[in-house]
Amino acid sequence: MSWILDASTTGEKLLVMAFAIVLFAAVMAIILFAVDRPRRVPNWLIALAFCGPAGLMLGFGLIYPGLRTIYQSFFDRTSTGFVGVDNYLTIFTQEGFQIVLRNTFVWLLVVPLASTLIGLVYAVLVDRTRFEALAKGLIFLPMAISMVGAGIIWKFVYEFRPDQQGVHQIGLANQIRVWLGMDPHQFLITAPWNTFFLLIVMIWIQAGFAMTVLSAAIKAIPDDIVEAARIDGATGIRLFRHVTVPAIRPALVVVVTTIAMGTLKIFDIVRTMTGGQFGTSVVANEFYMQSFRQFNAGIGAALAVVLFILVIPIVIYNIRQLRLSEEIR
Amino acid sequence: MANRLACRGITATVGVAVLTLGAVACGGTGSTTADQAANVDCKPYKKYGDLSGKQITVYTSIVAPEDQPHINSYKPFEQCTGAKVVYEGSKEFEAQVVVRAKSGNAPDIAYVPQPGLLQTLVRDTKAVKPASKGVVDNVDKYFGKDWKSYGTVDGAFYAAPIGANVKSFVWYSPKQFAKKGYQVPQTWDDMIALSDQIVKDGGKPWCAGIGSGEATGWPATDWMEDVMLRMYGPDVYNQWVTHKIPFNDPKVAAVLAKVGSILKNPDYVNGGLGDVTSVASTTFQDAGLPILDGTCFLHRQASFYQANWPEGTKVGKDGDVYAFYLPPINKKFGKPVLGGGEFAVAFSDRPEVVAFQEFLSSPEWANLKAKEGNWISANTGLDIANVDTPVNKLSVQLLQDPNAVFRFDGSDLMPGEVGAGSFWTEMTNWIANNKPDKQVLNAIERSWPK
Repeated sequence: MSWILDASTTGEKLLVMAFAIVLFAAVMAIILFAVDRPRRVPNWLIALAFCGPAGLMLGFGLIYPGLRTIYQSFFDRTSTGFVGVDNYLTIFTQEGFQIVLRNTFVWLLVVPLASTLIGLVYAVLVDRTRFEALAKGLIFLPMAISMVGAGIIWKFVYEFRPDQQGVHQIGLANQIRVWLGMDPHQFLITAPWNTFFLLIVMIWIQAGFAMTVLSAAIKAIPDDIVEAARIDGATGIRLFRHVTVPAIRPALVVVVTTIAMGTLKIFDIVRTMTGGQFGTSVVANEFYMQSFRQFNAGIGAALAVVLFILVIPIVIYNIRQLRLSEEIR
Repeated sequence: MANRLACRGITATVGVAVLTLGAVACGGTGSTTADQAANVDCKPYKKYGDLSGKQITVYTSIVAPEDQPHINSYKPFEQCTGAKVVYEGSKEFEAQVVVRAKSGNAPDIAYVPQPGLLQTLVRDTKAVKPASKGVVDNVDKYFGKDWKSYGTVDGAFYAAPIGANVKSFVWYSPKQFAKKGYQVPQTWDDMIALSDQIVKDGGKPWCAGIGSGEATGWPATDWMEDVMLRMYGPDVYNQWVTHKIPFNDPKVAAVLAKVGSILKNPDYVNGGLGDVTSVASTTFQDAGLPILDGTCFLHRQASFYQANWPEGTKVGKDGDVYAFYLPPINKKFGKPVLGGGEFAVAFSDRPEVVAFQEFLSSPEWANLKAKEGNWISANTGLDIANVDTPVNKLSVQLLQDPNAVFRFDGSDLMPGEVGAGSFWTEMTNWIANNKPDKQVLNAIERSWPK
């Protein structure tokens, strides 16, 4: 039977293919057969069949590692000696980690608000225009690009070449600066502004998401409300501030919090573009560096716990708002 | 509804069929490699015995296409003993090897490029097996004492040194030097005088780049190590690396200032690449290339940099580029050589693994591997005639020179928090953000694990 695992001739390969098809059909047949046979099954068994696998996987893949991470965060680098809250003290007092925390805070503050604002303004501006579909498609496109892909694209945008004879810029941003008569700038090197150039990438990706959700919410505002407001004399910005925004408030909150959760976990962009160097590291990146580059399991776990604690209030707020908006409906 | 279900079933079946085909097609190629080493002299392999049907897994950070010379170099061993060596390379090796060792899924042999990582593996995973007597004998016979010490953790010897590189080189263009009438400097002062001369002639003498992804900063740490060896000698170097003197010691500060007099001197850097901050943003691979354009004259980088010259570049004494030994500062300390290398670590004591580790530490393998090209070792049994390029020959001469004092790359010996952490990042900040010397050294000192 070794030909099944190690097919070498065309004939054997075809046999393997046929075998795979038959096997697949057989498994499907058994499943369909079992499903089609009505039988009295106790309720608890059905509940177990549906919830059991999910519960098991959650317990094994989420709850156990979560508890273990919290436990590890109170131990030293090899998880053998108990050190109390030393790891947390290190994170909050050492200069390098303070920069990491500061950066994460900046990301958390700027990205959700900027993405939502841009998405909202864009959604309102293109609403019911002739180019709506095209305009929305354009801003939505970056959503389809992976974070690593976006990081590489923007790394090229920021690419620096010196201002010397015979040297040509290859990055768009610096070429524009040169055209405007300015010197090329080291976008990714100069702290603290380099963090902002990184989070532009995230905003670029997330604005499309914000726009899509908010655009749907705007379209769901009942026409009679808008009409009533117009009859009362509200136009333009006043209409936007006093009618549109309050009407889509639940959607706004969901968008902001969802992006905030994504931003807290940000790792790919930082790692691809600067590797966390030049004072741009964030908690998730530092967690990886500590755990898998310096093999300091204690600090790594502590950073993960900090991230976990940071994300909890946002998650709770997000869920509460979701429930509230459902109750309203 | 039934129709749609049936249709879905067919699609799925087709999907599975296509996948199976793909897998089969993938598995079909390769495997039977040509027996190019048909008549190997099996005499040196007799001692390993008959290992037919046995398999040894090797895990390294060396990925395609650089892995092929390694795979080729195992062929005589495989042929004579009958064992099969399964090679696996990964760019995430440093992280993965620890994870694999911790989870009980370690490879048989791993190529560890840093003694610091070896210490982590030995102390944290307890999965590393001490070297066998055959390996110890080989290392005692063919390697210097210092090399054995890099494979030793807490008094026990684990890892056989395999490859090596020499870092104390300055790359230059013999053609440009001849054209401008510059001489290869023999002392540090000569080198500074030459740099000033180049500045006077309207050029930027040095080009440098410390960019290397998450490892950004390591070329700057090499600068520190080379200058430390030259200013204060190998003993103070050891004290510095083992933290017998603090990282913000006045001696270390003097070394950093000396490095800064070149790397942060706007008159000296960064030829063809920009201002001082461009040292931080340029990748180490690109940093020496301006030498070819004549926009830069001196580039301090290891022997392995020769792989980065574009195809067609003639490397040699009268070629487009060549390297000279980074000159000494203090005559008292002779001719210090900074270098690096990798070590073969065994995670199993099965006879075939022991035999293979012994083979890797033998001069037979060193010569086989050197013949595959662009590779050197500190193995004194390595015949220099088997070494290919002029720079590699020069490196082997330095490694085998009894007057040369060899020291391993210090950041690879320091604890990971420093050697693969704060030392890199702080040197990067030192250049990128012009962080003052004192703050840099204090920050590294604070990060040293207690």
